[in-house]
Amino acid sequence: MERFHVTKAKDLRGKACELKFEGERIVTEFSSTDKVTVIDAGGSTLIPGLVDLHTHLREPGREDAETVLTGSLAAVAGGFTAISAMPNTAPVADTAGVVEQVFRLGQSHGLCDVFPIGAVTEGQAGTTLAEIAAMHASEARVRIFSDDGHCVADPLVMRRALEYVKNFDGVIAQHAQDPRLTNGAQMNEGLVSSVIGLKGWPAVAEESIIARDVLLAEHVNSRVHICHVSTAGSVEIIRWAKARGIRVTAEVTPHHLLLTDELARGFNPIYKVNPPLRTEKDVVALREGVADGTIDIIATDHAPHPAESKECEWSAASFGMTGLETALSVSYQALVATKTTSFEKLISLMSSNPAAIGKYEGHGSLKAGSYANFALVDLDAEWTVEPTAMRSKSKNTPFANYVLPVKVNQTYFKGNRVFSGGVK
Amino acid sequence: MNKHLLSIEDLSKSDAIQILDTAEEIARISDGPVKKLPTLRGRTIVNLFFEDSTRTRISFEAAAKRLSADVINFSAKGSSLSKGESLKDTALTLQAMGADAVVIRHGSSGAPARLADQSWMKGSVINAGDGTHEHPSQALLDSFTLRRHLRDSAGDLSGIKVAIVGDILHSRVARSNVLLLKKLGAEVTLVAPHTLLPFGIDQWPVNISYDFDDVLPHVDAVMMLRVQRERMSELFFPSEREYSRGFGLTKERLDRMPKGAVVMHPGPMNRGLEISAEAADAVNSVIVEQVTNGVTVRMAILYLLLGGMSA
Repeated sequence: MERFHVTKAKDLRGKACELKFEGERIVTEFSSTDKVTVIDAGGSTLIPGLVDLHTHLREPGREDAETVLTGSLAAVAGGFTAISAMPNTAPVADTAGVVEQVFRLGQSHGLCDVFPIGAVTEGQAGTTLAEIAAMHASEARVRIFSDDGHCVADPLVMRRALEYVKNFDGVIAQHAQDPRLTNGAQMNEGLVSSVIGLKGWPAVAEESIIARDVLLAEHVNSRVHICHVSTAGSVEIIRWAKARGIRVTAEVTPHHLLLTDELARGFNPIYKVNPPLRTEKDVVALREGVADGTIDIIATDHAPHPAESKECEWSAASFGMTGLETALSVSYQALVATKTTSFEKLISLMSSNPAAIGKYEGHGSLKAGSYANFALVDLDAEWTVEPTAMRSKSKNTPFANYVLPVKVNQTYFKGNRVFSGGVK
Repeated sequence: MNKHLLSIEDLSKSDAIQILDTAEEIARISDGPVKKLPTLRGRTIVNLFFEDSTRTRISFEAAAKRLSADVINFSAKGSSLSKGESLKDTALTLQAMGADAVVIRHGSSGAPARLADQSWMKGSVINAGDGTHEHPSQALLDSFTLRRHLRDSAGDLSGIKVAIVGDILHSRVARSNVLLLKKLGAEVTLVAPHTLLPFGIDQWPVNISYDFDDVLPHVDAVMMLRVQRERMSELFFPSEREYSRGFGLTKERLDRMPKGAVVMHPGPMNRGLEISAEAADAVNSVIVEQVTNGVTVRMAILYLLLGGMSA
C-alpha cells in the first residue's frame, strides 16, 4: 500500500497542518513507516475534495456539449472530487440501465466520483413515477431524484415521490418553477425585463412551488431538497420551514450569489440561465440565507452548451452556464471577500454539507477513514478566467475575463493526483 | 451620432433633434419636383425582415431609394432564414456581400443588438422593430409628427402631454416612444388594464392610469396601440367588447378630446377594437400623415448614420 504525507499545508483557518493517507483512505498514523512519499504543499491550503450535487454532464445524448470525461476533468480542475449527474440526458436517466452507465463511466475514468441523480418521473414528463427503487438498488445506489430542468409540477406526483423515497431515506431535489407562470419566460420579471422587452419570469413561480413542497414534505415527513434557490422570497419560505422543523435543504449557485439581471441589458445570452439571474435585493437575501444556515449548500448547476446555443439571439439561446471550474473562486468572491461567511464555512457548504444530503460516504471530510479526496488551493493567488483554457468541453462561462481569487493547485481523488495546475 | 440605431437609448437629446430637423429639411426638398437625392449613391442597404411587416419594409425601402442607395430585400419566407440558418450566418453572408447597413426586423428582443455587438458585421445596424423591445424609427416619426402639429416643427416637445393607450406590455412602439418622448421633455401617461402593463412599470418615468376617460380631457395627443386578438386567449382581457369599452378610442371619447389634440396609431389598425372608424378618420387624426413622415424620418436616419462614412 502506498503511503503519502502531505506536509507544509495550511488548514481552513490558516494554521499549519499535515495529512496522511494510505491507499485511498486518510489515516491518523501510518500502519508502517515504509515507503512514505512526502507531498510538499508549499504553504497552500488543504481543503476536502468539493462535492457538487448539481451537475449536467450531457452524456448520453449531447456529447458535443460535455461528456462524463470532460465534465470530470473540469470538476477536478475546480477542486471537486464528487459530482452528481442530473438526469436530463437523452435518453433520460430514469432507469437503472442509464444511471449505471453514467456511474460506470465515472468509475472507469477514475478522476472523481460521478453519482447519478435519477429522474423522478418517466422521461421527466411529470406524470408517471420512474422506477426509483430500481435506480436505488442499482450499482449506482441513487439516493437523489430530480426532474431538474423541469419542475415536478403536479402536487400529487410530488407527494407520491416524497413518500416513495422514504423507503431508503432518499431525497427529492425539486426544480421549483411553476410551468404555467413561466411559459416562454426569458429572464427575471422586473424593471429590466420591462424595459428590454424580454418575457418575465416571476419570483412567485419559484416561491409558490417551494411553499407547496415544504408543506408536502411536512405532511408526509419526508426530505425535500430545493435546487438553485434564486429569490429573496424563497429564502424566507425555507427559513420559515426550517424553523418549523420541516426536513428541507436548499442550494444556491455561485452565479446567483454574484450576478444580477442587469447583465441582460446587452442581450448577450451568456447570461441566460434557469432560474434567471435576479436583482441585487435577491443576491443580498441569498447571501444572508447562506450566512444564517437557511441555505445548506452551494451547487454549481454546471450547464455546458455548445457555442451555437449561445451565439444567437436571446430567445433562441439555451439556458445555462458552466460552473465547475469557477465555483470555488466565485463563491469565495461572493461570500468570503464580502465577509458574509468564513472560508471554513464556505468549504463546508461545498463539501461536508452536500455529502451529507447525498449520503456520499467518505466524501467531504478530512477525518481518518474518509477517502483521500482533497485539494491544495492558493488563497492569495488570482487568476483570469479564459473560456478557451477551460477543461469543460463547453465555454459558456459568464465570468470570461473576470479576475477571481483562489487558485486550485492540485486535486487528489482516492489518493491519486487527478489534477495539477500551477504546481508550486 | 452612434453608428447603430438599436434603441432610443443610443441617441442623445441633440441627436434626436438633429434627426427631426434633418427630416424637416428632407421634407422641404421632397415637396419639390425631384424627390430623389444622390446622397447614398453606391451604398448598399439590406432590409433583413425575419417578421412580415410590409409597411415598415416598404417605408425603409422607399427611404433608401430616395437617397439613391442600392436596396436588397431579404425576408424570411422562402429564403435560407426559413431553413434554420442562424442569425450569425445570415450576418456573415450579408457582411461578405458588402452591406453598408442592415435594417433588421426580428421577433426576438435584442436580435439587432446581437448583430451589432458580435462583430459579425461591420456596417450600421438599424432596428426596425425587435420582439417586444423597441422600434426606434417609429418613435422618431411619431415625435416628428407631434412636433409638426404641436411645436411648429422645431425644438423639443417639452410640456406636451401624450397618452399611450393599450397593450404596453407587448409594445415595442410604446417602449421607444416612452424613451424618446421623455428625452424630448414630453409628459407621458400610459393607459391600459393592469394585465397589459409590464411588472416593474412603477419604476418607469411615466404616469399610469387605468381610466382612459380621466386622462382624455388633458391630452395633446393620444397614441393608440394595436391590440392583438390572440391576447384574449392568453387571458390578458376577457373579450374584445370589454376591452373596447374600457380602452378603445370610441366616437364618444373622440368628442371629449381637447381641441387641437391629435389621434395617432402606428398601424396596422384594428378598427372597432382599439380605435373606432370615426376616430381613425377624424379631422384630428394624423395616422395617414404618420406613414408619409415615416419615409422622411427614415431617410434622415439613413442619411445621418451612413452619410458621414461616404468615401
